[in-house]
Amino acid sequence: MAISREEVIDFIYDEARMLDEGRFSEWLSLWLEDGHYWMPLDYKQTDPHLVTSLLYEDIFMLRLRVERLNGARTFSQKPKSRCHHVIQRPFIDEMEGDRIVTNTSMHYVETRLDEQFLLALTATHELKVVDGAIRIANKRVDILNCDAAFGNIQLLP
Amino acid sequence: MRTASQIAALFTGPQVHRDVYTCPEIYKLEMQHLFANTWVFVGHESQTPKKGDYFTTQIGDQPVIQVRHSDDEIYVLYNRCPHKGTKIAIDREGNTGKFFRCPYHAWSFKTNGCLLAIPLKKGYENTGFEETENAKGMTPVGAVRNYRGFVFARLAAEGIGFEDYFGDSISSIDNMVDRSPEGRLEIAGPPLRYMHKCNWKMLVENQTDTCHPMVAHESSAGTAVNIWKEMGNPEPRPPAMEIIAPFMSPYEFFENMGIRTWPNGHGHTGVHHSIHSDYSAIPGYFEALSATHGKDRAKEILDENRHNTVYFPNIMIKGPIQQLRNFIPLGPDKTLVESYIYRLVGAPDELLARTAMYNRMINAPTSMVGHDDLEMYERAQEGLMSNGMEWVNIQRLKTGDEDFTEEAVENGTTERQMRNQFDAWVKFMTATMEKA
Repeated sequence: MAISREEVIDFIYDEARMLDEGRFSEWLSLWLEDGHYWMPLDYKQTDPHLVTSLLYEDIFMLRLRVERLNGARTFSQKPKSRCHHVIQRPFIDEMEGDRIVTNTSMHYVETRLDEQFLLALTATHELKVVDGAIRIANKRVDILNCDAAFGNIQLLP
Repeated sequence: MRTASQIAALFTGPQVHRDVYTCPEIYKLEMQHLFANTWVFVGHESQTPKKGDYFTTQIGDQPVIQVRHSDDEIYVLYNRCPHKGTKIAIDREGNTGKFFRCPYHAWSFKTNGCLLAIPLKKGYENTGFEETENAKGMTPVGAVRNYRGFVFARLAAEGIGFEDYFGDSISSIDNMVDRSPEGRLEIAGPPLRYMHKCNWKMLVENQTDTCHPMVAHESSAGTAVNIWKEMGNPEPRPPAMEIIAPFMSPYEFFENMGIRTWPNGHGHTGVHHSIHSDYSAIPGYFEALSATHGKDRAKEILDENRHNTVYFPNIMIKGPIQQLRNFIPLGPDKTLVESYIYRLVGAPDELLARTAMYNRMINAPTSMVGHDDLEMYERAQEGLMSNGMEWVNIQRLKTGDEDFTEEAVENGTTERQMRNQFDAWVKFMTATMEKA
């Protein structure tokens, strides 16, 4: 059965909710094995390899990130951070065969102890339909003020 | 204000007083004396490759412009209009053409700072304007040296010379540049910019602190090792294993790695080997380097695996990674860390890809390794406010009196380099203070 536009949009909302509720293992299972999570450092950056990015992580790194968050000696997560995404209805930029590309504006809030910060983001999801289910092939998150100096950003915008 | 002898008393040898990290008055004195008397890193020449190219940064708390003048030399000027004080350049980089023009009243200056023109100049006739310092133009810093592409400046007009200041420590910059088959580095994109709510010296000290990685970074490096094992130790190893896992090496590894200190506060970890020793070879690189230097010399260059070299007061370079981290003080409890990477001109792209990977995995505000480092610094900044104890201990492997005017190679877990930094700190803090 073909995937509907509504299912694609629900998928983007569901993913944000998993992150906000700390369901990271479930979130990891959304990813295809050769996917990359990319967060550029430069505005309109085109190359993830030969200049620095904030993140360009394969599944091993994402798994490490998730397992570290639950570790007994993860000192920067004592106490744990929490995050909150407010997302706009995603645009579906491409939908052809098993490939789907969406573009979603978000406000991301992360907090720990007395600190809280807000990031304005655009997330580009490259999705793939595998065995009737939507999976994440790649995800790119552009932070509006990507060239600003940040303190710790510990969870996943 | 504290006197020279009161400043000197803050460092006893085995201990340093917490005021050096927390006290606003000490911070102000550092900006006034330490960052004026030392040679401070400004930028890389490839950030301003063409005439008129400029780059704005800070030396201590002083806003400066690095600019390439019409004679192709790099000048470092205070970023201040001599008229009313307006910053001449506000963007981080750009090209100004043949002259700078202040956006407030259109005073203009050659790219070496000399005053070029003032609108309605007649208004200054017979006012004695020509006699003022304002009439000279934008003020250059005391001294500038471009060493193999790395631009350093001393704010003070008089003081220690570049060669005397760096001595043999310059060999770490040499090794990084020698790794390019063309003997030249090029900046690769903008730096990571990571804000730290702690004193700048905590970051500098941490560069040669070899007893923290296996503790503070267990959550990232230790977990990486565990995941790899669960996967059945697949080869080739995932990049994270090559870059992050060596942080989990045992104490013995770091002890045997060795630490070298040089006079004036410089020093490096990784005399004999380092966490950068076991990186996989990049096809074509050794051949390219050998074509330039011959095989023996190429091997000699690559066998040098220096880990972190601290150039006092506030940068660290990694030769094998082609990375430079600038610890820019913004206040007693605020530091901006800018982490730059460079391309080895003439080397395969894969090397730069590994360098970019290292930078984001270890030094980004989103780095799992960086998170735990920053957590430690910020906890220390808060903990030091405790009146239960005023002194910080840095006496690990200090046996007897130490002479920091001599180069030394010691056990890799010594805190000698931290003591070396504070010895230089006292020297350059008090050099221009009245002796009382």
